[in-house]
Amino acid sequence: MLFFSFFKTLIDHEVTVELKNDIRIRGVLKSVDQYLNIKLDNIQVVDELQYPHLSAVKNVFIRGSVVRYVHLPSGSVDVNLLEDATRREAANQAGKGK
Amino acid sequence: MENLSISDHPPPPPGYQHQQQQQQQHGGAPPPGGQGMPHGHHPHPHPHPSLGRPPQPQHHPAQMFTTAAQLLDLTDKKLMVALRDGRKLLGILRSWDQFANLVLQNTKERIFVPPNTAGPDQTKGLYADIERGIFLVRGENVLLLGEIDLDKDDDAPPGYELADRKLVEELAKQKKQQDKLKEKKKVRKLGVEGFEGENLGEMLL
Repeated sequence: MLFFSFFKTLIDHEVTVELKNDIRIRGVLKSVDQYLNIKLDNIQVVDELQYPHLSAVKNVFIRGSVVRYVHLPSGSVDVNLLEDATRREAANQAGKGK
Repeated sequence: MENLSISDHPPPPPGYQHQQQQQQQHGGAPPPGGQGMPHGHHPHPHPHPSLGRPPQPQHHPAQMFTTAAQLLDLTDKKLMVALRDGRKLLGILRSWDQFANLVLQNTKERIFVPPNTAGPDQTKGLYADIERGIFLVRGENVLLLGEIDLDKDDDAPPGYELADRKLVEELAKQKKQQDKLKEKKKVRKLGVEGFEGENLGEMLL
């Protein structure tokens, strides 16, 4: 659930989602759910002419399973906090395993 | 799960009801289903630790972050659905579930052929629509759903023009064949180098 929570902190930031079919879509992150399905608003497709089917589309719901990368604005990521959270999550997981 | 939307209220915690009624009597409650306003911002005239809802780290209601809430906002809208096999469907979303299984009504399949597929004198891309009727799409095959901007819906995509369906179908078939061969070559070369590729044997379009 860590990354679900993490993405929730990025709501209303502009991100670029790269799909497994190489399409890159930039837009404002509007929502995310437990499968890391992503909803973007005001989208812009990088290399738009190659993907004519997206020309009339203004917001997208992207299925989490087809996402390869999410490019984040570095300014909006608190790296220390994320490190802490990651360790805490790892410790919790280890605790559960015993 | 039925009545979730980004613009809905989260259910009030017990003890909150009373306060809300008071607010309504004073005409202070916003109209239901108001657009876009985060609802974590109700004025609490008499904040009291046992009455107010628990403090939320963000100003978004929790149920906004479910598949259901995301898809609910797209229900009954005209969508472009891109599938894993490369098909593009345009239709009205009528029903769905948490796996993004979808029911689409009045579906058209739109096929595209990029410029120069038929030869160097084909400067514009071509597209055509095929009526398909009702579609039930299994969620795993969905790449993305796009809400269509109705203002732009009637315009052809930039650099593309409507063409005869038979012609576009034929060209699309050719193009697919070429792409398949190219992909095969690429996978073989990568395989020699020890790469396994994330979608080996299955090209995502």
